[in-house]
Amino acid sequence: MAAPKQPVTGAGPFNGVLTWVDTRFPLISLWKEHLAEYYAPKNFNFWYYFGSLALFVLVIQIVTGIFLTMNYKPDAAQAFASVEYIMRDVPGGWLIRYMHSTGASMFFIVVYLHMFRALMYGSYRKPRELLWIIGVLIYLSMMAEAFFGYLLPWGQMSYWGAQVIVNLFSAVPFIGDDLGVWIRGDYVISDATLNRFFALHVIAVPLALLLLVAIHVMALHEVGSSNPDGVEIKKRIDPATGHPVDGIPFHPYYTVKDLFGVAVFLAVSCAIMFFAPAMGGYFLEYNNFIPANPLQTPEHIAPVWYFTPYYSILRAVPPMFNSQFPGVAAMGAAVILLFFMPWLDRAPVKSIRYKGSVFKGWLAAFVVTFLILGYLGTAPTTVWGQFGFDAFFLDTKDIATWAARVGTIVYFLFFLLMPWYSRRDKCKPEPEGITH
Amino acid sequence: MSENELDKSKRGFLVATSVMSGVAAAGAATPFVASMFPSERAKALGAPVEVDIGKLAPGEMMRVEWRGKPVWIVRRTKEMLESIEKSDDKVTDPQLAVDQQPDYAKNENRSIRPEVLVLEGVCTHLGCSPQFKPKDMSPEMGADWVGGFYCPCHGSKFDFAGRVYKGAPAPTNLKVPPHMYVADSTIVIGEDKKGA
Repeated sequence: MAAPKQPVTGAGPFNGVLTWVDTRFPLISLWKEHLAEYYAPKNFNFWYYFGSLALFVLVIQIVTGIFLTMNYKPDAAQAFASVEYIMRDVPGGWLIRYMHSTGASMFFIVVYLHMFRALMYGSYRKPRELLWIIGVLIYLSMMAEAFFGYLLPWGQMSYWGAQVIVNLFSAVPFIGDDLGVWIRGDYVISDATLNRFFALHVIAVPLALLLLVAIHVMALHEVGSSNPDGVEIKKRIDPATGHPVDGIPFHPYYTVKDLFGVAVFLAVSCAIMFFAPAMGGYFLEYNNFIPANPLQTPEHIAPVWYFTPYYSILRAVPPMFNSQFPGVAAMGAAVILLFFMPWLDRAPVKSIRYKGSVFKGWLAAFVVTFLILGYLGTAPTTVWGQFGFDAFFLDTKDIATWAARVGTIVYFLFFLLMPWYSRRDKCKPEPEGITH
Repeated sequence: MSENELDKSKRGFLVATSVMSGVAAAGAATPFVASMFPSERAKALGAPVEVDIGKLAPGEMMRVEWRGKPVWIVRRTKEMLESIEKSDDKVTDPQLAVDQQPDYAKNENRSIRPEVLVLEGVCTHLGCSPQFKPKDMSPEMGADWVGGFYCPCHGSKFDFAGRVYKGAPAPTNLKVPPHMYVADSTIVIGEDKKGA
């Protein structure tokens, strides 16, 4: 047993009750370890808002989700109508639903910016490899959560989107057909599928997400936060205090900063919720306001925007050996490659501030490619017209398909060539401590 | 026994216990995995359907549901049938090498009667239902469009025999379901006992 704890002081009339709790639960040590005495680098900038914001949106999604389940019916015959019931008849139901649907898109915006921050400042580099890997697992869980949730309104896009994604698994050689039937619980997307996706969406995946987020924060507080300079603040400890020279306590400095971020975030989210909840068809697709019809695919189907870069990659790869599996494999590989970032980057410095122009160029190309692939995934393959000439290698004349193919290649080269170009890049020397 | 000495008999017992627990856990997982397969009720809902095609005019398509999937029946015009031959060099599998049809539909028109096309309306890429795009849709489908089917999800194109065009993400031709004529204008889909 540890030494007897000191009584709590400084909380005025609450000293007694806090002491009582603290002798039975590590309240004060948790508070110190994760907030009051968690020393974070003093130079966090704009990009460091998105970690805490992601946590905030997760809470919003869970709370709004709980209230939506109070009126939603996971039944193919009733699901669509129950969502309309929430929208029209349940007091405040429309707002709760728009919070949840806008929240889903905002969650991905925040997480994509959070991940881009990591790519810029090398937050995935040693000793934060595991932190990064847990983060990618969170990203995968979010994708699963978003996918299961999207079936629930039982609109046309819900139905056909699920049809396409489940068939991705059916494309796996040998076991594919059985795997697809197992996921659906039927030979087509049906009531059985809806029912189980509901279970996964409201119980299984949220539990996994919460657990992963807790582990992510624990791993972060073990290794300490990275920063825009990419230097380790733990290297320079003030001998007088025992704390990092370049560090400041998370509370109150960053709790206040992050609260400001929350306020701005809420302002933006509310503007979307109240003035453009469908966001021009990007956050809520128009076809999803039509009930699911298993006999008719809508004119143009596309996933919600946050999946479209991967969807573009899927469409870009032509079938080989009478199988569409290569496209599916490329799509999967595009996500799985993220896991290897800590070992692909061989640059001597972490932060983009001290990296050379080659890495900067590749990162810029990657971001532009990701956005273009994302756009193309929302549009039909005919969106940019066709080539006016014929050639033996043109298996399709759609310009957009070829653009997506080039984009797919750039996407993969960013990762696959990284060990080579990151090592050869001319980097500037890292400073001893934090500069700005 | 000194502190550093290993008691092998206890270790063996622990390993055996762990292995047995693993087996038990795998066994306990079985009903959960099994419960996700189609239920008996879902399996039973796969009966054949009977369709009257008497009112289907030439050049028209009708959709029926069989096992929850759309099945198309098209009464092809002479022009549509001619367009099939023209697309022989544009499709991936003109010889029908991949087994996507019953033997009685393994012919140039992929049908029992030349004019009546029966197809599963499920794209072989990822399961969307393609759309009926006759020749007069050519402004939208490109100037050289001779008519056929177009999948809105990933842009696969098929001719009027359901054969997939080269360059499409769909790997194989559309499937011809088992079917037979029980009367002059009545088709049963899902059954072909008489060998048609």
